[in-house]
Amino acid sequence: MIAVQRPPADVPEDAPEHCPGTESELAGKADACAGCANQEICASSTPKGPDPALPFIRQRMSTVKRKILVLSGKGGVGKSTFTAQLAWAFASDENAQTGIMDVDICGPSIPTIFGISEEKVHTSSTGWSPVYVQDNLGVMSVAFMLPSSKNAVMWRGPKKNGLISQFLKDVDWGDLDWLIVDTPPGTSDEHLSIVQYLKESGIDGAVLITTPQEVALQDVRREIDFCRKVGIPILGLVENMSGFVCPSCKNESQIFIPSTGGAKRLAQETGIELLGAVPLDPRIGKSADYGFNFLQEFPDSPATKAYLDIIERIQTILEQ
Amino acid sequence: MTTESTPVSRRLSDVKHIVLVLSGKGGVGKSSVAAQLALSLYDSSPTAKVGILDVDLTGPSIPRMLGLDGHGVHQSSTGWVPVYADGSDARLACMSVGFLLKHKGDSVVWRGPKKNAMIRQFLSDVRWGELDYLVVDTPPGTSDEHLSLIEHLAPIHSRISAVVVSTPQAVALLDVMKCLSFTKTVNVPVLGLVENMSGYVCPCCGEITNIFSTGGGEELARREEIPFLGSLPVDSELVTLLDAAESSETPDPESTSFGILHRYKKTRTYPLFQEIVRKAMEGVSVPVSE
Repeated sequence: MIAVQRPPADVPEDAPEHCPGTESELAGKADACAGCANQEICASSTPKGPDPALPFIRQRMSTVKRKILVLSGKGGVGKSTFTAQLAWAFASDENAQTGIMDVDICGPSIPTIFGISEEKVHTSSTGWSPVYVQDNLGVMSVAFMLPSSKNAVMWRGPKKNGLISQFLKDVDWGDLDWLIVDTPPGTSDEHLSIVQYLKESGIDGAVLITTPQEVALQDVRREIDFCRKVGIPILGLVENMSGFVCPSCKNESQIFIPSTGGAKRLAQETGIELLGAVPLDPRIGKSADYGFNFLQEFPDSPATKAYLDIIERIQTILEQ
Repeated sequence: MTTESTPVSRRLSDVKHIVLVLSGKGGVGKSSVAAQLALSLYDSSPTAKVGILDVDLTGPSIPRMLGLDGHGVHQSSTGWVPVYADGSDARLACMSVGFLLKHKGDSVVWRGPKKNAMIRQFLSDVRWGELDYLVVDTPPGTSDEHLSLIEHLAPIHSRISAVVVSTPQAVALLDVMKCLSFTKTVNVPVLGLVENMSGYVCPCCGEITNIFSTGGGEELARREEIPFLGSLPVDSELVTLLDAAESSETPDPESTSFGILHRYKKTRTYPLFQEIVRKAMEGVSVPVSE
């Protein structure tokens, strides 16, 4: 066997010395591969080259005008809630078609938030039909495929990736003005896959959600780093659970104290726009539990105003 | 159950109990409960040795919560030396991917197999030594990290137990159901459920508001027949303590405990949490025989 003269183009940055490259015949089998954390993946017989699903995804996505990701490194900051408000607001325009894709496979919350958790997916000749909340708002989530909501989805990465690719190529999304993708916390398989699969069709931008405390901001910093690494434009930051208005004395207090300046400081540090801050209103959580449209039910809440301002800003940015 | 000896089982041979802190949902306070559990167990006896392992690889929070941001891990001939939160006492060992990053804003963008390899290293290459308890903080979900943990810990499966954390609203409870289904499938005993963020006391008028409703956790615990360990209200003081935790290098001279523990004991949550720990530990009090 002839030794590789110069490093091939597909050697990962953090690869061991003399890595033969991930696309090489020797991948996973060369001496240098011993001890590499990814040896098994390289050595496995998974076909090299572009994913065969890509052309189908491109075709399916050609009828989708705008694709938005809702991201946050941290869990429980309100990604799914924000996704829902965004979708309700988009769908309030009768002429716009909106789709939501919930790629949080281990903990899908979108169906509960829309009150459609008992629904099941139907298959037709054109693919899986999304579950429609109203005529112009379709939802797809793994929850529609489980025999019972109690069952855990104990899947490792490759299986999750498979489902995400199916969500993109096998779901009959139809003509969409907006496709909003709700993601799980972190920067792992689901995120890499969605970015990879949508690379050709293009992602219009990501909205990053955070809460004011440093523990959450730390994770959001990582998410910003991720977006920059993979080249997703960031539309802006949303600070959720920002302040709480006591229903009894109407005074505002900080539940999650922004010990390091909150999202505002982070926005300044990173040069990302702060789209707005949404105060904590107990009725938001209630609406999510019972599947109400919060924006419509409580138009007087300060949170509703904050949400609508943010959504308007997102629309303005995207229409530029 | 396999009893074969693996690098992980050899490394953890002197660890008496392993407590996993789980929740299907993110942001419910797993890390905060894990940190409090470690601190409380540490404080339970002057000789208690506790370890805390953060396997949330893409969003590690434990270093920040214990005021260990910016610390690094050292390599020794017998393995990685964990970061000791209590300094020279060396009774509270911490390990997290956060200690391995150059900058705190660096993202760890890893797919499953790489995460699996890291977890194996955390278990087999860290010099844990003799521990009474190893508290493991997990990421949300029931995926790679969780499966890897259970897989690598299989030879010492009898020493694992789990504490499940939830918030009271329906959306979170749904994910907790999934988490319980996971523990059943992998056969890990559940010590009980903690309901976090149950109510918020307005600092101005004292009115209690259930920001994320209330009682859902207790109800779920009864239905699923697992012990209910207690509920914790949102405590801004604790949030601030765990969020802005300063390095523990200047401990209070009047106290033998290190800074963060000392301040933790003054929070309103501390007495409530002791009750939770007491109830949880009833489940693991059975001495382990090899």
